Amino acid sequence: MTDQRIAPRDLDWHPPALTPRYRSSILRSPKHKPLSYAPTATELSGPTFGHDSIGPLDDDLIQNYARSGGLAIGPRIIVHGKLMDENGRGLPGKLIEVWQANAGGRYRHKKDGYLAPLDENFGGCGRCISGEDGSYSFRTIQPGPYPWPNGGNDWRPAHIHFSVFGDGFAQRLITQMYFEGDPHIALCPIVQTIPSKAAINTLVARLDMDATIPMDIRAYRFDIVLRGSSATVFENQMEGR
Amino acid sequence: MTAHKESPSQTAGPYVHIGCTPSVAGLSGMYGGKDPGRTMVHPSLAASKIALTFRVYDGDGEPLKDAMLEIWQAGPDGSFNQTDGFENWGRGATDAETGLATFETVKPGGLPDAAPHVLVWIVARGINLGLTTRVYFADEAEQNAKDPIYRLAKDRATTLLARPVEAGYHHDIYLQGELETVFFDV
Ligand SMILES: [Fe+2]
Repeated sequence: MTDQRIAPRDLDWHPPALTPRYRSSILRSPKHKPLSYAPTATELSGPTFGHDSIGPLDDDLIQNYARSGGLAIGPRIIVHGKLMDENGRGLPGKLIEVWQANAGGRYRHKKDGYLAPLDENFGGCGRCISGEDGSYSFRTIQPGPYPWPNGGNDWRPAHIHFSVFGDGFAQRLITQMYFEGDPHIALCPIVQTIPSKAAINTLVARLDMDATIPMDIRAYRFDIVLRGSSATVFENQMEGR
Repeated sequence: MTAHKESPSQTAGPYVHIGCTPSVAGLSGMYGGKDPGRTMVHPSLAASKIALTFRVYDGDGEPLKDAMLEIWQAGPDGSFNQTDGFENWGRGATDAETGLATFETVKPGGLPDAAPHVLVWIVARGINLGLTTRVYFADEAEQNAKDPIYRLAKDRATTLLARPVEAGYHHDIYLQGELETVFFDV
């Protein structure tokens, strides 16, 4: 396996840099094509995060900002799935970070001045480390849709932002998760920066009644795929470099 | 052949700091008040500490004040082996007033086939797929000239150079325009 290399990124599957319907991209999109080279030791290595690097409530957004005894307001949900490589192999021990608006569609951020009120028991940030098989899970509340300035009547579908690490820094990814059945998905200029419906579909979490806990909390399933192959390949590449 | 496609990227948006640098967003108590990637140099290595600062400019020449940057670099010996007192990964936000992002780090070492360099990853509102670039050091001209990736950038390679300043190095990144920085697909 030492001669195996991380697969090139399929840039046609990702949004292009310039997507004028998403206005902010106009002045922030490089005009030159990015230059390609085969990943070196720098791109094939990356930071590692131990299970002891995070706190016990970090993966529970219902409680991790709440005052003692308090709970965040909103539909209680579990968001869970598997973090894997393009061969479907689980990626264990990886840091997954999330952030989101509250149930009214308001972010806890100086620059968010939306009419919907803050929830004193909701911060909107969480993290976890993937398990042995790449599985991960958060508890949170379903975020609300919100309007945003883009020159028209634009509303974000309900979404959760995800930041994910792989074995090598070349796998680093930030994306967003949407909810099955949301009519705003088809209308959103940010979602629609992604060229294909098939690709968009992979960001839509499905209601998961099997993982839903009766009389307590519903579950949504969202799998995350990072480019490339498994950890062993990366380690071999490092040694064989 | 792969069984799955990589999850498509989406912009980190204007509120990336809530999730990645919560204290910058004002969530001061989150994660024990310690933003991930904030500390790269521990006291035992303090003597080698330098500041590596960045500004990222948009097509109008305005510095981004809502971006998040991550850096990944070798230690002083040029390798990614554990160096006592040093974390190879850093994360920082561009300042909401000045646009300056500051990393307290050490200067990476070079190897025979690689000049000293720092990998930089930029995400922000308006950036659909995180931008990857490399920083080389303007005072390492001899090694830079031999580095295959620096050379790949040809006549645009100078856009990768951080310049020495009093506290360390500063690097300006231009997303567009005549000075557009070289970004990599790697
Ligand atoms: Fe958002």
